[in-house]
Amino acid sequence: MFGIPTQALFSQLLLGLINGSFYALLSLGLAVIFGMLNIVNFAHGALYMMGAFVAWFLLGYAGIGYWGALILAPLAVGFVGVVIERTMLQRLAGLDHLYGLLLTFGLALVIQGVFQNQFGSSGMPYAIPPQLTGGQNLGFMFLPNYRAWVVVFSLVVCIATWFMIEKTRLGSYLRAATENPTLVRAFGVNVPLMITLTYGFGVGLAGLAGVLSAPINQVRPLMGADLIIVVFAVVVIGGMGSIMGSVITGFALGVIEGLTKVFYPEASNTVIFVIMAIVLLIKPAGLFGRAA
Amino acid sequence: MRLTTATAIAALALSSLGAMAQDKTVKIGNLNDMSSLYADVGGPGSTVAAQMAAEDSGLAAKGWKIEVIGGDHQNKPDIGGGIARQWYDVDGVDVIVDTPNSGVALAVNQITKDKNRVFLNSGAASSDLTGKACTPNTIHWTYDTYALANTTGKAVVKAGGDTWFFLTSDYAFGHALERDTEAVVLANGGKVNGKVRHPLNTPDFSSFLLQAQTSKAKIIGLANAGGDTTNAIKQASEFGITAGGQQLAALLLFLTDVNALGLNVAQGLTFTESFYWDANEGTRAFSERFAKRMKNGAKPTMVQAGTYSAVLHYLKALEALGGNPKDGAKIVAKMKEMPTDDALFGKGSIRADGRKIHPVYLFEVKKPAESKGAWDYYKLKATVPADEAFRPLKDSECPLVKKG
Repeated sequence: MFGIPTQALFSQLLLGLINGSFYALLSLGLAVIFGMLNIVNFAHGALYMMGAFVAWFLLGYAGIGYWGALILAPLAVGFVGVVIERTMLQRLAGLDHLYGLLLTFGLALVIQGVFQNQFGSSGMPYAIPPQLTGGQNLGFMFLPNYRAWVVVFSLVVCIATWFMIEKTRLGSYLRAATENPTLVRAFGVNVPLMITLTYGFGVGLAGLAGVLSAPINQVRPLMGADLIIVVFAVVVIGGMGSIMGSVITGFALGVIEGLTKVFYPEASNTVIFVIMAIVLLIKPAGLFGRAA
Repeated sequence: MRLTTATAIAALALSSLGAMAQDKTVKIGNLNDMSSLYADVGGPGSTVAAQMAAEDSGLAAKGWKIEVIGGDHQNKPDIGGGIARQWYDVDGVDVIVDTPNSGVALAVNQITKDKNRVFLNSGAASSDLTGKACTPNTIHWTYDTYALANTTGKAVVKAGGDTWFFLTSDYAFGHALERDTEAVVLANGGKVNGKVRHPLNTPDFSSFLLQAQTSKAKIIGLANAGGDTTNAIKQASEFGITAGGQQLAALLLFLTDVNALGLNVAQGLTFTESFYWDANEGTRAFSERFAKRMKNGAKPTMVQAGTYSAVLHYLKALEALGGNPKDGAKIVAKMKEMPTDDALFGKGSIRADGRKIHPVYLFEVKKPAESKGAWDYYKLKATVPADEAFRPLKDSECPLVKKG
């Protein structure tokens, strides 16, 4: 097809899906935070990086391997998120989006600066857990076990998150609280606590993505800064605050980017922004967003 | 009143003339990637290296005032060019040093010539700096794409790696490295099966690696640097590329890259450098002093070592001139006239085209078992003498050579 062997096409589709799972996990966290808190969380990339670093610390200083990190790192990052929300973001409630954006952007620069000052820019190695080394020969490509794990695991996390927010009682409280916080409070629900925990959960997802990516990429202070802009484009394309939208767009754009790497590699880091521009022209609220 | 003003102006003019004749102030600007993929290769470490050269020159005791400043070009030629202009026009910088990223370096190269200052490049790789873009104001110190291609490329083809696929960083540096390596591969009877160009700072190489895999080339030549190279190497091992019989040729690999990869992943890679901290007494002594001044205790890369060596020679030339003439071409001419000699690169010289020549080395990354600890990473495989390592003057496109 298109002068490219089918085998190559299949493998690139699969690779795109793998990269898309990172976009999906990160944009999911952003969408949850934007949907519930109305905050454009520019610190997301820095917290993603922090997740990877926590995994690295755990391994180096506490002897806790990948599987432990998969649970502990998101908790640690989520805790940092809770502190950030309680001490800073809470004070911005009710103000224009711009304030939250500037605050979180500043936070991201500070966090990245501190890590870079401490660890330099080339980063640290983090090995693939022994259970997931090696790979499967699928006939059309060699699929490393670890990458397969990443796709499956992030799909499960994305679906579970969507289910929790859209289908459970807790989720319905959350959604109600965004619509009308005063009324929900009147029913005896602790809305500020819920919002704090939501932010913690959202950035915890970023931390989780950080741990997932640690064995694939170097654990680098700027790993999040490189990714976050793309992820924001994904969120904008999917529609700000739309949970399902962000997940579907994340995977889809991963695939599109993967295909660009075959047909016109030079454009592979711009294609997402071109799509963003086109989508914004045609559907300003994003593909899955509802116009305000 | 008018008379006093005139006298004052005349006196001022005279005093400034007097100052110019024996100006003993120097301002050195380290224009670098301070925060991204090349920051550990050069970056703040190059500012440290330049400062150490200023201290080791002993000029301060002789009444000279040397100041070293740093700037972040963010790997963007327009930003780098803007800083260079500001430094030359407003801040009175005499010499810009290091400047990795060939795109930025080529921009600074031209600005330096226009302003008649000095550009001592250590970090950029493009051999064009002493080829068609050479100027009487630029010296290219540490290495270049020709030397890399000529050493690693030749060694790999000779060892049987005769079919190549290039993963190339899509800007001036990658293009130059790919071009120079391809020439060496073809000249030695090899063949290029294909190539793919990736954007600078690519986090995921799996797609490109798969294309390299399907090309069936024996050698995957990585014409990139810094974080791009480490990511590509790491992911190649993940995708079983090396296990499948294909080999990676890291055409440019730095000490900090090996440190970042860890020996488990990096072991066995062969590559070219012109400096290794653990080569002899002199390099070890310098590296120890250097590491003490680095926040993470890192040993110097060849880029940082080259910055030190270049600044030291520059200051020697200024001393020989008896003062800072503020005339870039004149200083560079003096530097070319004097033989170079320092503890890091040994004896060497600078050619008419601005190419500093010294031996370059083919190294192999040690196995984890062979390493005695942190930063003990390289084994020497071969030494290429100074006069064979770099592009012969007769093949040079540099106009300075044709005239002379």
